Amino acid sequence: MNRQTQKRLLGIAALVVAAALWQIVAEYVVGRSFILPSVTDVAGAFVNLLESGTLVADIVVSLEHFGIGLLAALLLGVPIGILMGWFRVADFLLDPIIEILRPIPPLAWIPFAIIWFGLTTQAAGFVIFVGAFFPILTATYAAFRSVPKVFVEAGKVLGCDTSLELIRHVALPAAVPAIASGIRIAMGVGWMCLVAAEMFGVSRSGLGYQLWHNYYLHQMPNVVVYMLILGFAGLIIDRIFRNYVDQRLLRWHAGEVA
Amino acid sequence: MSGVTIRDLGKAFPKEDGTATQALEGVDLEIGDTEFICLVGPSGCGKTTLLRIIAGLETATTGAVTVDGRAVTGPDPKRGMVFQEYSLFPWRRVIDNVAFGLEMKGVGKEERRRTADRYIEMVGLSQFRDAYPYELSGGMRQRVAIARALANDPDVLLMDEPFGALDAQTRNRMQKELLSLWDQTKKTIVFVTHSVDEAVYLASRIVVLSPRPGSIREIIEIPWPHPRDRTSAEFAEVRRRVLRMIDETENAQ
Repeated sequence: MNRQTQKRLLGIAALVVAAALWQIVAEYVVGRSFILPSVTDVAGAFVNLLESGTLVADIVVSLEHFGIGLLAALLLGVPIGILMGWFRVADFLLDPIIEILRPIPPLAWIPFAIIWFGLTTQAAGFVIFVGAFFPILTATYAAFRSVPKVFVEAGKVLGCDTSLELIRHVALPAAVPAIASGIRIAMGVGWMCLVAAEMFGVSRSGLGYQLWHNYYLHQMPNVVVYMLILGFAGLIIDRIFRNYVDQRLLRWHAGEVA
Repeated sequence: MSGVTIRDLGKAFPKEDGTATQALEGVDLEIGDTEFICLVGPSGCGKTTLLRIIAGLETATTGAVTVDGRAVTGPDPKRGMVFQEYSLFPWRRVIDNVAFGLEMKGVGKEERRRTADRYIEMVGLSQFRDAYPYELSGGMRQRVAIARALANDPDVLLMDEPFGALDAQTRNRMQKELLSLWDQTKKTIVFVTHSVDEAVYLASRIVVLSPRPGSIREIIEIPWPHPRDRTSAEFAEVRRRVLRMIDETENAQ
C-alpha cells in the first residue's frame, strides 16, 4: 500500500469513526434532536431538502450573491491596488480614505446595504463586496510595491516606454501570484460575509437565510444540513480556484519558490 | 558606426541630510565602434553608475552621453543591457523572454519568434527554448539575458558584472562564448567587472576608475588577439599593473 492510499484510507476511517461517535452521543447520551441532531436525522433532513428543491435554489441564490460581490471587488480592488501600488500620488491621495474605511467591519454596512439596495441580490452582494474588496486591494498594492526593480529596469531597456506598458507586460505578470493569494483570502472573507448578510436579513433566501430561518423554526437537523453545505461549498470554491490558478496561470511560479 | 561619447560626465546622489554624494566627476571617454571596453575599479568607484547612465537608467548631473551622435535621455532598446542579477521574466518561457523586446516594438508573432530562435541558437540553448527560467542554471539564464538584449539588435551592449554570480568554470566558458558572440555580431560592448582577470581576458581597452568621486584613472590598451592565454607572462604582467593601479587608488583615500 503506498502512502497516498494509506492517507486516503486513514482519512476515511477517521470520518467514519467520528460519524459513529456523533450518532452514538446524539442518540444515547443527549437523546434530543433539538440539542444535537444525529447523523441519521441530518441525512434525512438533507434528503427532504434536496427533494423539495429548496436546497438547490438556495445554493444558487447564495452563489449569485457571492458572485456579484466578488466580481465587484475584483473589478474595483485590482485596478485601485495597481494605481496605488504604481503611482505615488495615487497612493498618497487614496491611502487615508482606504485606511479609514478598511477597519469598518463589513457587517456594519448591512443597514446601508438595505437602505441603498433594498432586499435585493445587490444588497447581499454589496456586503460581500465590502468584505472581499480590501484583501484584494491590499494584496494588489503590496504585490505592486514589491515587483523586483530589475524586472522594471529590464522592461525599460527592452522598450517599455510608458507606465501602462510596464504595468501590463512586467509588473502585473510579476504580481499575479500575490494577487491570487489575495483573492483566495478575499473569497474566504466574502463567504463569511455572505452567511452573516443573509442571516441579518439582507435577503429572503440563500443558505445563510435558511440557516437562521430554520433555527427560528427549531428545525435543528436542517440547520446542520445548511452548516455542512456552507462548509463544503466554501471548500469547493477554494479548491476550484486554487487548481485553476496553480495549473493555468502559475506554472512558472511553482518552480520559483521552495 | 556605433560609438559612444562621454563628455565631462558627473553624477551626484542626493543624501537624506541635504548634501550629496559625488559618484562620478569629469568622466571623458570615447568608445569606438565594435570596441570591447571593460570598466574596472575598486567597489564604490561608480563603474555601475556610469554604465547605468549610458543605459539611460540614471540621469547625469553634469555632462552628457551620446551614442551615434544622439544624446541619451532615457532607456532605449538600441542600448541593450545585461544585469548582474537574474533579470529574466520568470513568467515567460525562454523564447518569449528573448522575443520580449520585439513584442514591444510591435513585431508580429511569427517573425519575432523566428528572430528569437536565431539568437537562442546563437547562445546554444535551442533545446531550452520552451523552458521557464527556473529550469535553467545561472549560466544559462545569463546566456538567455544576452540573447534577449541582442534580439533588439542594439548599437551597444551594456553588461553589468553579468558573470559575477557564476562559478569560476562557468564564468570562463561564458567569457569564451561572449567573445565568439562579439565576433559574430560586431557589437560595441561596455562591460563592468570587478575581476581584473576577466577584464584582461576580454577587453580591447580597460578603463580603470578611481573612487569618490569616480573618474578615469587610466586607460590600458590590450592589442592582443583572442583567444588569450591567461597563463602567459604578458597576461600576468598586465593583470599585475591593473591590480596595482586599483590598489593605489584605494589606498590614496
